[in-house]
Amino acid sequence: MVDAQYFGDGLTYLNPSDLKGKLIAIEGTDGVGRSTHIEMLQEWLEVQGYGVITTGWTRSNLMSKTIEMAKEGNILDRWSFSLLYATDFADRLEHEIIPALRSGFIVLADRYIYTALARDFVRSGNRQWARDVFGFALVPDLVCYMRIDVETLVLRVIETKGMNFWESGMDLRLGNDLYDSFKKYQSLLIKEFDKMAEEFHFEVIDARKSPDEIQDELRSKIQPLLTTNMRSPALPSDRLIHPA
Amino acid sequence: MSNQPSPLMTPHPYPGKLIIVEGIDGSGKSTQLLLLHKWLESKGHKVFFTEWNSSELVKDTTKRGKKNKSLTPTTFSLLHATDFASRLYHDILPPLKAGMIVLADRYMYTAFARDVVRGVSPEWVRKLYSFAITPDMAFYFKVPIEVAISRLLGGTRGQFKYYEAGMDMNLSPDVTESFRLFQSSILSQYEKIVDEYQLITLDATKDIEAQQNEMRRLVGEALKDYKPRRGTHGRRTVFWRRFDVPKSE
Repeated sequence: MVDAQYFGDGLTYLNPSDLKGKLIAIEGTDGVGRSTHIEMLQEWLEVQGYGVITTGWTRSNLMSKTIEMAKEGNILDRWSFSLLYATDFADRLEHEIIPALRSGFIVLADRYIYTALARDFVRSGNRQWARDVFGFALVPDLVCYMRIDVETLVLRVIETKGMNFWESGMDLRLGNDLYDSFKKYQSLLIKEFDKMAEEFHFEVIDARKSPDEIQDELRSKIQPLLTTNMRSPALPSDRLIHPA
Repeated sequence: MSNQPSPLMTPHPYPGKLIIVEGIDGSGKSTQLLLLHKWLESKGHKVFFTEWNSSELVKDTTKRGKKNKSLTPTTFSLLHATDFASRLYHDILPPLKAGMIVLADRYMYTAFARDVVRGVSPEWVRKLYSFAITPDMAFYFKVPIEVAISRLLGGTRGQFKYYEAGMDMNLSPDVTESFRLFQSSILSQYEKIVDEYQLITLDATKDIEAQQNEMRRLVGEALKDYKPRRGTHGRRTVFWRRFDVPKSE
């Protein structure tokens, strides 16, 4: 990340200029298969000899339990909702993402701040505050947005894990039941993601395709990043000759 | 528009009154607020009290982060903002809407002073709190650092806590010296904030009674036109009696 920069008001006590790794964010609404694809990408990169860490939304040491508790109690107001995510993100940014980038790792982020921005906008109708709050975030080298239409998403979610309270945005009272609410909420999120895709130049990937096609497309978007400003790692053939 | 008033300076639209106190540890602000609370209640007002970093939602998290010393300036700041947001929504706005008086021990100005000393951007932390409402009265208890130190060491606390002394900033291995350096920087931030947000400065080196008399005089003046929403002025017992369980026949 030669030109690493912050989204807005950055971490004044941390200079981002010495970050050698690459930060890749995989965005998309619930149920588009992000985590499966991230696992496959990690495997693909590691086979090529790149160091990889993954980091996931709400998975920080500091906040994961707090966020679960808050969601169980349904006691979130709009501001706490975004601030809890921001705290989780900041903890991971400073303790996981930045140290890894400094050591030259590729960081695969399962969701990034755009998820929080979309969720806050759907709740408040205002974009500025959440963007200010997340000003300390690093701008990723690449954002891949796995896009799906709401009709396909509904079928996929029903077939797999079902709809839950928060993924349905039930706190917003958008519909009379889980199904109606899920559809309306996810449509609003997709609409906002589409807007951000243009504004922030996401690479849009059609998540309705087969898993193999999606994975190939993700790899083709990531490949060009690996050849610029990164030391060429050990050739894959070396690893085959001397297996661990 | 450069002359637009800051959103943090616009009066709130609610019938209640929000009174807050600020100052470094050992300034005596909590004592003064407690005495004000007693006085307001004795006058028959409905008063609600709330303090910094006390919400159920994040209290344990802050405690855990402090204990294992994993908090960074940014997560420290965000956790306190989350606490504030949660209390604003659950504790501060409802009583204000109901026309009550809300007393807050510390408000967003604490974050503007303390988090900036820890190293976050002054602009960022102000934007973070842009959802806050402007207090009707904000008191700043101004005290020299030596007075605060002798009060804290001579008082019940005996020793400074790790984060209170800013030990996370590696200013000095000595806790008292670290406290002195950390809280002195906070004092100079407060000086700027007092001007920026027009806080009312009280001389916190004076006697407790003298400070309290001054505070009561100022609050009394400010409340001259304030009318509690319901006619329960001094008659709370009567109000509750109406809801007694009816006697069985």
